[in-house]
Amino acid sequence: MSLHVEDLRVYYRTLAGDVKALDGVSFDVADGEIMGLAGESGCGKSTLGKGLIRLDGRMRYVGGHVVLDGEELPIWDDAAMNDFRFRHVSIVPQYAMSALNPTRKIGRMIHELLRTRGASGNGVQQELERRLELVGLGPDVLGLYPIELSGGMKQRVVMVISTLLDPSLLIADEITSALDVSTQKAVAQTLVEFRDRGFVKSTIVITHDIAVLFQVADTILVMYAGKLAEKAPAEEIVSSPRHPYTRLLISSLPEVGVRHAEQELHGIPGRPPSLLDPPTGCRFRDRCPLATDRCLQEPPWVEEDGRGIACWEAAPVAPAAPSVLVEAR
Amino acid sequence: MLRLEHVSKTYRVGAFGRSKLAAVRDISFDVQPGEVVSLIGESGSGKSTIGRMVLRLLKPTSGSIVCDDAEISRLRRDALKEYYRHVQGVFQDPFSSYNPIFKADRIFGMIHAEFFPRVGADEWNQRVRDALESVALNPGDVLRKYPHQLSGGQLQRLLVARALLLEIRYFVADEIISMLDASTRIDVLNLLADLKSRGLGILFITHDLSLGNYISDTTIILRHGSIVEMGETEKVFGDARHPYTKDLLASVPLVHKKWRTNGTGGADAVAAAANGAAPGTAAPELFLVEEGHLVAAS
Repeated sequence: MSLHVEDLRVYYRTLAGDVKALDGVSFDVADGEIMGLAGESGCGKSTLGKGLIRLDGRMRYVGGHVVLDGEELPIWDDAAMNDFRFRHVSIVPQYAMSALNPTRKIGRMIHELLRTRGASGNGVQQELERRLELVGLGPDVLGLYPIELSGGMKQRVVMVISTLLDPSLLIADEITSALDVSTQKAVAQTLVEFRDRGFVKSTIVITHDIAVLFQVADTILVMYAGKLAEKAPAEEIVSSPRHPYTRLLISSLPEVGVRHAEQELHGIPGRPPSLLDPPTGCRFRDRCPLATDRCLQEPPWVEEDGRGIACWEAAPVAPAAPSVLVEAR
Repeated sequence: MLRLEHVSKTYRVGAFGRSKLAAVRDISFDVQPGEVVSLIGESGSGKSTIGRMVLRLLKPTSGSIVCDDAEISRLRRDALKEYYRHVQGVFQDPFSSYNPIFKADRIFGMIHAEFFPRVGADEWNQRVRDALESVALNPGDVLRKYPHQLSGGQLQRLLVARALLLEIRYFVADEIISMLDASTRIDVLNLLADLKSRGLGILFITHDLSLGNYISDTTIILRHGSIVEMGETEKVFGDARHPYTKDLLASVPLVHKKWRTNGTGGADAVAAAANGAAPGTAAPELFLVEEGHLVAAS
């Protein structure tokens, strides 16, 4: 077991009160697993990703445990986490441009970074060049300023830097969202490559784009309004989603080949509840076409056969066609 | 009919504008009423520049844009106002389209004062309600609210409703759904299809091939400011001829079919091909490969 997260709660401090962005989340990521984390904006997926490495000033640790390779991460203690960051837990942020220091050449920046972590820059020089070559960049990028690289190149440079010390866990937060389709493919496949070569043990890929997750992830975890909705192997969640939210989300994706003239897709009416004062019971209740009185109680997280789900009215494992649900609306 | 004829746009870049960047090179196409034309391209392909030229936010360096026999760069004063009555656009970021210190429905008041000063308040309110109705918004939910109180999807639909208050005939939608969540973006897309069925001509600008395929009648694939392939959507997507279009289609992530695993090398080749053509050279010539399907010489 590489990563074990139990009942993690992280709130945001605001003038109006605490925004319960992450409200009791438990899951495991195995060694060598790429877990995708999907959901709409404001569902808490980025809060979860950030929470595992660094809480910013507005975020408040409320409860829960994070255990990485048998050792508990002190995520409530910013200073104590420094021993783990970069060596054990590493992140690739969404905007690679703002992750790189614009006033330093890439090579110098990396050496400075390594020195702050007590690692010698010269010791890893060879490995650094080897990994840059792996992602299709020559050693000459080390002599360039960030502004001289394209978006996809910068994203790959950041990926190489983040994984240079072979961290156990890599968090990739929306790393493909700002890229063009062809660059997106290259960057996403690099994630898989890094896992296959053992540069990282396990990876959490955060994105709103389920299609990208299906390409790279082994399992997909869907979040809704600060809680887990469903977790399953990537193929199963796409072919036989059980939670009504997942089913509606996947049926609303336009794919190449679907035309409006032939098949009209529909979105999900309504919007997620405010997390300042979230409703009791199932949080998807107001938008759910299958909601009943039972949904006034909070559905428990049930896990069996590698699939987890929090829903009273979940479809059986052998699912009805998603169209049944769409017609029910 | 909205027609672009040999339109080019060159930006001056660098210190004192010493070097030139050909953002759009010799583009010709037209948008008919009741037709959705999608402009698909990666960043730097010139797709937004074309949209901005159609909305007269930028002036073409050469070539002409003609709307119903009038060359739009010559329009002045009343004629220009008349043009904006018929041609409107909505852009990518709904949050920066509004002034955050005013209520969102102020955009309707501005249209009222600017274009319809003689219409009475009661009739105007009715028109606003009708427009909101047609973009599937409940007036009670959105009127008298500040932009931060509304979702991105609601804000985008308000902007479409604003355009509908004018007697628009052509609509430029520049990446209008890329900032929206998956659960709402398809509804905004369906709204465009609804506008189309009312006879509007829509220029749909996107980087997302699946969205373009879902909605459009005609597809234009752009690279480095020139057209690489254009034609009826079924033909371009079903029978792509240009290597660039094929590469793009192969890179789109699908939810039922995995990418061909060719390692990162293959995908890099695509990226290299995307950056391959040197900007500044002449636009490649287009050849007709079949009825309604043009492809650039590669």
